[in-house]
Amino acid sequence: MHPILIIVFLPLLAAIITGLGNKDLGAMPAKLITTLGLFVSAALSWSVFIPYLTGSATPEVVPVLKWVASGSFAFDWALRVDTLTAVMLVVVTSVSSLVHLYSWGYMDDEPDKPRFFAYLSLFTFMMLMLVTADNLVQMFFGWEGVGLASYLLIGFYLRKPSAGAAAIKAFVVNRVGDLGFMLGIFATYLVFGTVSIPAILDAVPGVAGSTIGFLGLRADTMTVITLLLFVGAMGKSAQLGLHTWLPDAMEGPTPVSALIHAATMVTAGVFMCCRLSPMFAASETTMTVITFIGAATCFFAATVGCTQWDIKRVIAYSTCSQLGYMFFAIGVGAFGSAMFHLFTHAFFKALLFLCAGSVIHAMHHEQDMRFYGNLRKKIPVTFVAMTLGTLAITGVGLFGFGFAGYFSKDSIIEAAYMSGTKMGLFAYWMGIAAALMTSFYSWRLVFLTFFGKPRWAGSEHIQHAVHDAHGHGDHGHGHDDHAHGHDDHGDGTAGYHPHESPLVMTIPLIVLSVGAVLAGAVFQHYFVSEGEGAFWMNGLVFHEHLIHAMHSISGVAKYMPFIVMLIGLVIAWYGYIKNTSFPAKVVEQIGPVYTFVYRKWMFDELYNVLFVKGAFKFGKLFWKVLDIGIIDRFGPDGAAWVVSKGSTYAQKVQTGYLYSYALVMLLGLVGAISWVIAG
Amino acid sequence: MSGFPILSLMLLVPLAAALVCLFLEAKAARWLALAATLVDLALGVVLWLNFDVGGAQWQFQESHALFAGFKYALGIDGIALLLIMLSVFLMPICIGASWKSVEKRVGEYMAAFLLVETLMIGVFAAQDLFLFYIFFEAGLIPMYLIIGIWGGADRIYASYKFFLYTLLGSVLMLIAMMWMVNTAGTTDIPTLMVYDFPAQAQTWLWLAFFASFAVKMPMWPVHTWLPAAHVQAPTAGSVILAGVLLKMGGYGFIRFSLPMFPEASAYFAPLIWGLSMAAVVITSLIALVQDDMKKLIAYSSVAHMAIVTVGLFAFNTQGLEGSMLVMLSHGLVSGALFLCVGIIYERLHTREISRYGGLAINMPRYSLFFLLFTMASIGLPGTSGFVGEFLSLAGIYQASSWAAFICTTGIILGAAYMLYLYRRVVFGPQNNADAAAMPDLDAREILMVLVLGLSVLWMGVYPESFMAPMRSDIAALEARIARAAPEGDAKVTAGHAKPAHEDVSAHEGAH
Repeated sequence: MHPILIIVFLPLLAAIITGLGNKDLGAMPAKLITTLGLFVSAALSWSVFIPYLTGSATPEVVPVLKWVASGSFAFDWALRVDTLTAVMLVVVTSVSSLVHLYSWGYMDDEPDKPRFFAYLSLFTFMMLMLVTADNLVQMFFGWEGVGLASYLLIGFYLRKPSAGAAAIKAFVVNRVGDLGFMLGIFATYLVFGTVSIPAILDAVPGVAGSTIGFLGLRADTMTVITLLLFVGAMGKSAQLGLHTWLPDAMEGPTPVSALIHAATMVTAGVFMCCRLSPMFAASETTMTVITFIGAATCFFAATVGCTQWDIKRVIAYSTCSQLGYMFFAIGVGAFGSAMFHLFTHAFFKALLFLCAGSVIHAMHHEQDMRFYGNLRKKIPVTFVAMTLGTLAITGVGLFGFGFAGYFSKDSIIEAAYMSGTKMGLFAYWMGIAAALMTSFYSWRLVFLTFFGKPRWAGSEHIQHAVHDAHGHGDHGHGHDDHAHGHDDHGDGTAGYHPHESPLVMTIPLIVLSVGAVLAGAVFQHYFVSEGEGAFWMNGLVFHEHLIHAMHSISGVAKYMPFIVMLIGLVIAWYGYIKNTSFPAKVVEQIGPVYTFVYRKWMFDELYNVLFVKGAFKFGKLFWKVLDIGIIDRFGPDGAAWVVSKGSTYAQKVQTGYLYSYALVMLLGLVGAISWVIAG
Repeated sequence: MSGFPILSLMLLVPLAAALVCLFLEAKAARWLALAATLVDLALGVVLWLNFDVGGAQWQFQESHALFAGFKYALGIDGIALLLIMLSVFLMPICIGASWKSVEKRVGEYMAAFLLVETLMIGVFAAQDLFLFYIFFEAGLIPMYLIIGIWGGADRIYASYKFFLYTLLGSVLMLIAMMWMVNTAGTTDIPTLMVYDFPAQAQTWLWLAFFASFAVKMPMWPVHTWLPAAHVQAPTAGSVILAGVLLKMGGYGFIRFSLPMFPEASAYFAPLIWGLSMAAVVITSLIALVQDDMKKLIAYSSVAHMAIVTVGLFAFNTQGLEGSMLVMLSHGLVSGALFLCVGIIYERLHTREISRYGGLAINMPRYSLFFLLFTMASIGLPGTSGFVGEFLSLAGIYQASSWAAFICTTGIILGAAYMLYLYRRVVFGPQNNADAAAMPDLDAREILMVLVLGLSVLWMGVYPESFMAPMRSDIAALEARIARAAPEGDAKVTAGHAKPAHEDVSAHEGAH
């Protein structure tokens, strides 16, 4: 049996056993089955991946089952393994297994554990189906499957109305993207006569220069197809315009945010563009559009990230922004850099989210950073891990030494600068601006959380925790102060004692920290060096000359990311450690701009009026006016009215219609037969 | 199997049982009805196993001339086989769904359902035009009775609306049939399917059949009987109405309109596309604002049936096969959804969505199955809903990108109204004490949703079982209508073939 079958189907098996067993199975078996399954998958994934590093692997396709054959439109269940897949396999299974383990601690007081772990494993299976797809439709299966798992996990706290709303929003906004993806698949089949990915990629050069009619327009074939597919990628990867679901998705448990909404699912759009890179590279227009959307997203999300107070929302916008980097890397043709950033980002962003979870765990579910402060000594492991993650995301490094983000983000920024196009230059400046803000909001998060004085007393969650502890009288803290309620301690702690998370949570933090520190330095050689074509085995469009250019970048442009990173750090330090009244003054100065950014550029408000309210309004209108007011009135009701006015037959219609109907039918039939006989 | 009149037997078993049921008291009638439907299901399995895939187009044929060229002629192809299987599969579930909820006039109720079964099988098996007509129209009589006697408070209005709509269509269709028989000189459906009517006549004949099939489908704007009928019908009535009776319109298009009038079908294809596009958008939006669970699912049926009609009139293999799969899938899924509504209706006696909420807490098993059917309804890949919808839309894309674009918005709207329903019923806090006290599924209910759920997954993961029997029939139909197939709007021009590396360097050169 090929290991890929075990890698992919073991999580499914675990999900089915745990999901169906549910509470009859019990929490411990559920945790054990799913977590062990994932660790086996992860171990096998690395064993598949390592030969690709040493250059001793060959890509292969493992058939599973026939799926659909409708005329020439045929696609089967099959698992493809090549470099690109192998990279995704290790990302998905490594992060997933660590998140499973972490959840043992984080979800400890949750009574519904089997359901949670079943969903996590189901998600992993779907994601693996996505990355191993050999045809577009199986990719779409995984694509929708991760959407389902995401929907279920966002809505996991099912008593919370806001969780239900966020879950629907995520699914429906993603479906807008899927509309594009589906039309893209249809157009691909129409043009290429197949949905097999290798067959399409081989045929792309033959389509160059052709045109296609679409919605009454006539445009370059590859432009139409790739733009449609890109709409799908925008939905899944939360790019500007279709990003609104991602921040709300933070309603889900924090481990879910780490796995799905940071490390894996949201990068599916990037993966799709890389998997289909010869198609995208064939359209200049599409590449320009992707560069623009990516750059705009990276800037937009960073601005919002600077203003949020919820620790998870800051990281969510940060994710959105980092995805923007990956997309403009694709747009300028640096597919290797995009994959590289996807890879390193998975580690440090999962790390940041899990650290945030650890903080939230310690702070009794408080997520507002205004009520944090001074936690570095209380939860030191989390503090160190989060600092390492921050060093990684802000791209700390110089002269070829640094944390993961330094290698991958700088390679993207350099590629944009050296791409030589105007849009590439636009992306470069957006990327630089976003890098400054990334540094600012990341350090702001660290300073607000771990430094300064405790501000815990203002938190309702903390107050509850303190009350409960006292109320139940089962606290063994040995407080010297039995007064409770408001901050009688005068030190901002309200008498609350945060504790470091248990080992099952801190071990994943430590492992991911190693990834966040080393992933860039270790793997740079494979992903984005000259000769990367060898590593990717032609699985990725690769511009040797762009790599050359990136290496020849010099002067200010090269050190710009480092400079702005320092500037961001200094601003954050000044505003949140040195002079803490400074941010409020700035906000006051730029009032309306701040409000606009704080309200996330008003996207939610706009969409709510345009689409949500619009849909309900039109629904009511169509129902009351069109169906009842017009169709029924002039149709069946009108007919009844005419009949009742016209004759005394009305009574019979009310009571005896059945018999008259049968009679009419029989008479008709007799008439028909007589006519046939006569004819 | 040759020579054994298995189709007649399948008609006879429920018919005989129906007659006996009229004279039985409640308990015996229930068991007899269940036994009869299970026997028919078993016969259906025998039929399927003995169906020679890729063999003769018409199999299990029986023919007895009656008078004046009017024959008792039965026979099936793969298309009919699948729809018969759907019917016999859903019938035992309908009986099971009525086990406890129907208490008045049980014998007559069971008789009505068994009669519906006979007539449904008859519709799909008939090979004589007038025999088809009898089954087609008579099938609605027991349905009127089911709604009118065992229905809800407003049942009279609902069944009367149903009646008015269908009356118009069937009269026109009968006239058209008479003209056809007179011209072609035969009532034999297989012969008529390859008879070339003059193009001019086709137009009128097509419209006459359209009047009947569009109502049965139902297509927008002749759909308003459906929500009324569903809301008033008992659970099993809704299951069979959505599950099988709505498929008679689609079957009509595939059996009559397309092969008999290919030119007219092509001529009117834009009309069908337009009505389907309108249906997808309008009825989906209407579904979004419903407060009544059954009405919501009824409106969603109209939107799903629109995917069938665009697929059929896409004039290609994907469209036709996709439409058939949508019909089969919708039969299972909407049947299952009505069953799910019925299950909680039996407990709380209201269809009002806001009276429920938080069922995931007290009914976790129910929530799981309801989720599966919700996902199948919105076409999640891996469920039956996806394959048909996807093929159907892929088919129409080749004919018209506009139609494909508008109809594909159904995947967004469908997700919105179904998930909004699911959220209000299953998620959220337990606001209503009586809903929170409802017990989870019992063994009878689990059995019913489980077989439906497994079928939904089967059709989603391995649809080949359902595509193989109809493949050659669809191919024959496609060959028949190919001469009239409309040209698509894509019209891809030839590319300037270049070796791959040049293409890449050209791209790079621009940097």
